[in-house]
Amino acid sequence: MSLSPTGALRHSGNLFAMALDVVRAMPRRPFQAREFIQQAWFVASVTILPTALVSIPFGAVIALQIGSLTRQLGAQSFAGAASVLAVLREASPIVTALLIAGAGGTAICADLGARKIRDEIDAMRVLGIDPVHRLVVPRVLASMVVAVLLNGLVSVVGVAGGYFFNVVLQNGTPGAYLASFTTLAQLSDLWAAEIKALVFGAISAIVASYKGLTAGGGPKGVGDAVNQSVVITFMLLFVTNFVMTAVYFQVVPQRG
Amino acid sequence: MGVEICVEGLTKSFGHQVVWQDVSLTLPAGEVSVMLGPSGTGKSVFLKTLVGLLRPDRGSVTVAGRDITRLRERELYEVRKLFGVLFQDGALFGSMNLYDNIAFPLREHTRRSESEIRRVVLEKMDMVGLIGSEGKLPGEISGGMRKRAGLARALVLDPEIILFDEPDSGLDPVRVAYLNQLIVDLNAQIDATFLIVTHDISSARQVPDNIGLLFRRELVMFGPREELLNSDEPVVRQFLGGRMQGPIGMAEEKDAAQVKQELAQLVDTAPAREPTPRLLPGPGITRPPRWEAIARREAALHRKEVTGA
Repeated sequence: MSLSPTGALRHSGNLFAMALDVVRAMPRRPFQAREFIQQAWFVASVTILPTALVSIPFGAVIALQIGSLTRQLGAQSFAGAASVLAVLREASPIVTALLIAGAGGTAICADLGARKIRDEIDAMRVLGIDPVHRLVVPRVLASMVVAVLLNGLVSVVGVAGGYFFNVVLQNGTPGAYLASFTTLAQLSDLWAAEIKALVFGAISAIVASYKGLTAGGGPKGVGDAVNQSVVITFMLLFVTNFVMTAVYFQVVPQRG
Repeated sequence: MGVEICVEGLTKSFGHQVVWQDVSLTLPAGEVSVMLGPSGTGKSVFLKTLVGLLRPDRGSVTVAGRDITRLRERELYEVRKLFGVLFQDGALFGSMNLYDNIAFPLREHTRRSESEIRRVVLEKMDMVGLIGSEGKLPGEISGGMRKRAGLARALVLDPEIILFDEPDSGLDPVRVAYLNQLIVDLNAQIDATFLIVTHDISSARQVPDNIGLLFRRELVMFGPREELLNSDEPVVRQFLGGRMQGPIGMAEEKDAAQVKQELAQLVDTAPAREPTPRLLPGPGITRPPRWEAIARREAALHRKEVTGA
């Protein structure tokens, strides 16, 4: 990876240009339905299990933290409310982002990178087929859809994990926990989280595809591309997450 | 009938490194041309520039009246339908079997029915001798088969121009001979314009109508086969003779004094001066007028040689 400032600018520019190309190619017919379904299935299959396994301890950690915090503050009745809020608003989009970038994005990047160095991508271009339309668009859409669904999965598993740890292990009151669910959280929190997941899915797939399609220099180049794609995606996702959260608080009125 | 490719003043560099500059040549329609050159002289880069995968710094590539170097991406995809390209390792799609690989361009670009696609695909597979391997994956077959499958895929849209990127690399001499025969047969059958990029001298001697040589960042020569085979240009002699003495060094070019000394000491042992017989289409192939003329000329040459001896 070159460290010159112009190099960094050029890469950012190319990445952004490809994002625009993807948007432009999206409505173009024929839609690659087969590729989309295959990719959606593929991304889902590499992310579902790790996501579920990550979100249980994640929900548990939040439950433990909030359980002890609410006890210290003497606000045990709000344990449920706070834990739902934390899982729904932040934990689940972040876990989704980590998994979709770490498991889905790397797989996409490695796949496209391997095709690139075997000249498959050039062969496709020569056959008159635009790889952005044929390969990248279905992957981006698949990753977006799977990210949204994963976010739902993480929310459910996280809240269930929180309930288990708070009620069963920390001797919280089940009634109070459940009753306070909706005191702070609201439906727009869920929507916001799903929109975040949608954007995260798009970003990680675009970065992974860009890095895969520009991989060069043999097998080592593919390895480097995968590595860089994860790092870049993580940085972008956390910045985007911050911006979207800030906008959300400005736009949606909060309860209480 | 094939299409003429007209290259003018083409220059390409990566960063500060010039790959080649001011390359001008015309690939005549329907003829077979070979581009020779030592490793690392940008032969593959040249090929990729011709199809617009790489943009040159200067110059133009005119195909069917359109300048490839100035086309927009969308128009480029249209023009590329004129091309068939055989990449070095075949560049087959690893996730598809051979049949699907070869059917891929048809499924993407045409609205033909599956039975019609099947007919075309099997015809092309028969042409390259791959019948019976339809269900195999690219990872399961030999390099030679991958190349032939790549060739079948390049042929499936009936291209006007076919580019071969080192068709003979990594193959044994017998398979190279078969592949050369296949190339000649194909040229007689489909009449497209062929460009073969290679550093295999025996193929270059037998197959083409025209030969070009890239060296030291420029096109040293491009012309009819006989002209180049009989040339006295030191680079050409060295390359065709496959010897160490001459301007081409191991890493890069040598310095002029050393070359001069080497050439002075050299007894020209290369037996290249007598005319190399040209490879003709096989007996089963009906020859178009162009190949009839070539065959007559070859026969006359050969007769003269026999009577002269």
